[in-house]
Amino acid sequence: MTTDTMTNQPGIMRTDEEHADTTGMKTYGFWIYLMSDLIIFGCLFATYGVLHNNTAGGPSGKDLFELKFVLGETFLLLFSSFTYGLAMLAMHRDRLGQLMGWLIATFVLGAGFVGMELYEFHHLISEGYGPDRSGFLSSFFALVGTHGLHVSFGLLWMLIMLIQLPIKGLTDKTRPRILCLSLFWHFLDIVWICVFTFVYLMGVL
Amino acid sequence: MSTSTTHDQQGHGSLRSYITGLLLSIILTAIPFGMVMAGSFSKTVTVIAISVMAILQIILQLTLFMHMNLKTREGRDSGSFLFFAVVTLTLVVGGSVWIMYNLHINLM
Repeated sequence: MTTDTMTNQPGIMRTDEEHADTTGMKTYGFWIYLMSDLIIFGCLFATYGVLHNNTAGGPSGKDLFELKFVLGETFLLLFSSFTYGLAMLAMHRDRLGQLMGWLIATFVLGAGFVGMELYEFHHLISEGYGPDRSGFLSSFFALVGTHGLHVSFGLLWMLIMLIQLPIKGLTDKTRPRILCLSLFWHFLDIVWICVFTFVYLMGVL
Repeated sequence: MSTSTTHDQQGHGSLRSYITGLLLSIILTAIPFGMVMAGSFSKTVTVIAISVMAILQIILQLTLFMHMNLKTREGRDSGSFLFFAVVTLTLVVGGSVWIMYNLHINLM
């Protein structure tokens, strides 16, 4: 309702609203991308759901998954989602230093997650249980690997923002980027909840 | 202008909402983990319980971390798109697993 009255008024108010509008459009566009990404993950989950019993005489999830290790990964990602939330609060209060600090904390936690996942993959492959071993392992590596790749790109994005923020400051251009990255990061945490529950926990049952 | 500040708080969340989200997420992660590790429940009960807790945690994070709401126009727009995606997902994931499960049974 406020938008209608504002756009009828000429002058400064109007440009303010236009800025708010472009940010809204950017987040909505990014949201549409996230939903298409959700479909990709859905397809990978469906593939895993179909293939998870096809172990071709090799090990099943029960033999391979180290639940305590995976719980560690889960908490790293969950806490990184929380620290990103704190970064968003700092951004809305225009505290650039705090924002950078929480972004660095999020980056460290996210990097820890990727590191643990790489360790897990390396461990599995060196034991001879790589994606070429069975249909189960192919779909497992495709699903968990795609998620890990997303997290890695999120980290790259965060790194770019950490370089960009001190140079450009908090402007109408950098704010939507931080906002979209927050959606991306929380989204990846939500996908990981599904991986943790439906791949790891149910795999061990 | 007072309306825009309330809108801001709604759209961005507060420290309290993030802490609530974190604590509830930890609980909703720890309980399924404990259930599976202990293994004292039957398989069916465990599968249903951990699925329900995963869905709860997803809703929790959507509202408290991603600030989904159905009050603002933006919230409803993204909400309807999410609904569309979830319907597509149900068809793709549910349909694939259903068809392949039947195929598996019939070929045995």
